Amino acid sequence: MQAEIKSKRKRPLSLILKILVAAAALITFAALIFIIAYILINGIPYLKPSLFALEYNSENVSMLPSLINTIQMTVLALIIAVPLGVFTAIYLVEYAKKGSKLVEVIRMTAETLSGIPSIVYGLFGMLFFVQRLQMGLSLISGALTVAIMILPLVIRTTEEALISVPQMYREASFGLGAGKLRTVFRAVLPSAVPGILAGVILAIGRIVGETAALIYTAGTVAEIAVGSDFLLDSTRTLAVHMYILSSEGFHTGEAYATGVVLLIMVFVINALSNIAAKKIGVNK
Amino acid sequence: MKEKIMHGVFAIAALTSIFAVVLICVFLFASGVPAMQEVGFLKFLGGTSWKPTASNPQFGIFPMIIGSIYVTAGAIIVGVPFGVLTAVFMAFYCPKKLYRPLKSATELLAGIPSVVYGFFGLVVIVPMLREAFGREYGCKGQSILAASILLGLMILPTIIGVSESALRAVPQSYYEGATALGATHEEAIFRTVLPAAKSGVLAGVILGVGRAIGETMAVIMVAGNQPRVPESIFQGVRTLTGNIVMDMAYAEGLHREVLIATGVVLFVFILIINISFSVLKRRDPNAG
Repeated sequence: MQAEIKSKRKRPLSLILKILVAAAALITFAALIFIIAYILINGIPYLKPSLFALEYNSENVSMLPSLINTIQMTVLALIIAVPLGVFTAIYLVEYAKKGSKLVEVIRMTAETLSGIPSIVYGLFGMLFFVQRLQMGLSLISGALTVAIMILPLVIRTTEEALISVPQMYREASFGLGAGKLRTVFRAVLPSAVPGILAGVILAIGRIVGETAALIYTAGTVAEIAVGSDFLLDSTRTLAVHMYILSSEGFHTGEAYATGVVLLIMVFVINALSNIAAKKIGVNK
Repeated sequence: MKEKIMHGVFAIAALTSIFAVVLICVFLFASGVPAMQEVGFLKFLGGTSWKPTASNPQFGIFPMIIGSIYVTAGAIIVGVPFGVLTAVFMAFYCPKKLYRPLKSATELLAGIPSVVYGFFGLVVIVPMLREAFGREYGCKGQSILAASILLGLMILPTIIGVSESALRAVPQSYYEGATALGATHEEAIFRTVLPAAKSGVLAGVILGVGRAIGETMAVIMVAGNQPRVPESIFQGVRTLTGNIVMDMAYAEGLHREVLIATGVVLFVFILIINISFSVLKRRDPNAG
């Protein structure tokens, strides 16, 4: 709130409060800059070509297999979660009757899902996908687990994007004789794409940073998943890789370097999400 | 015809989240609750001794429940003052030119993976505490204090984001009314606007509690993970989440089921937190 009417009076207590506010903000942002700078400064010297060897072994502790696994995991989880999430949002916004009990229950469960900690997802994935469905510690078990984890995020952002599409678009489309389905896919969805994209990119960020949910579902094997049964290969994503390196304690330098790569990915993901979100503003 | 089919497809997709929640509950409770019964509810929740591999194994998770509560309380003590004051700064003091970059900075803070936070805690906060309190208090670095500082940092973006939108949702007239009565800028903010945004700010804090209590990787790396009731904030502590990860690698049989039961306890905590969050949100629809 940029107050148009701003009080000009001064009192000693007010000055103290003002200093406290400024100090708190300063410390918050200084801490952020310190974390990022510390990891970057200590990690960049360790970014050696051998860290990007195709094969991982305990000599070179290459992060390339983990990097590729991270991409595979992300793509697979998105393939599962994005259609489900977008369809759910379409149902909630375009089809469901306002104030129906079902909608309330769906909203409530989505909210519950978004609050569940990742370690609980990990336990569930282990019990259900790994053991009950006998998928083993594998790419697909991990992807299914994180897909459920990002589902509420995709649902919420898509819902918001759909709601912000002006009612006029729908009326115009119906007026031209289009059916419900055509209206949703041709008139509403295209103008909601940037908003959906912003949510999907945030979801990518969550998958890239995930550790606890993946250790017990995807395992820790640092090998690129290839071959006809690659879905059943155990994989190690970059964040898991960093956790293992730093808990073993022999490869602190390499752990720093992995941290740098993770941070760069987060930078890029956040920037892309912001760009997508800005596009919505243009559309309005 | 096509319309009908797609309507069905959308409805089925919408049911998946309900299905997922039911599935998670069923599988966690089905493996966790029998283990609790075998150990005995009171012995499980109230037992202070965790000796899973002893010849007479004991599965008391009371130290871990206390550990989670201590660490979360510490995170709140560290995170809430900074978070709320920073939200006030963002809403009322921030120069227009600085606003966008600072807003992106808090988003970045939210996006940093927890392993990176944990690693930072391990290489910076832990040695720092060992240096500062090692001789006097026997602090080995990995301690409640380290976990509290790190978690306090991690929940900042949640608290800043929710509090800021709650502050912005307070009608401008509150501020104007206060200044018209002779209040200074600070008095207007802290005595009228902030109290009006109270339930929104509280919702942000509760959301932060949820994050802190469920945080796993970062906490394991800095908390020390000793399964005992700690006597001071300089001692190591094991949280519910830490208990699962520390033992899961080698646990078998009942031990393993007890770990899942630990997950059930954590899940119940989170459900309680979620419910209180939605109750607050209903009271103040602008929050969160």
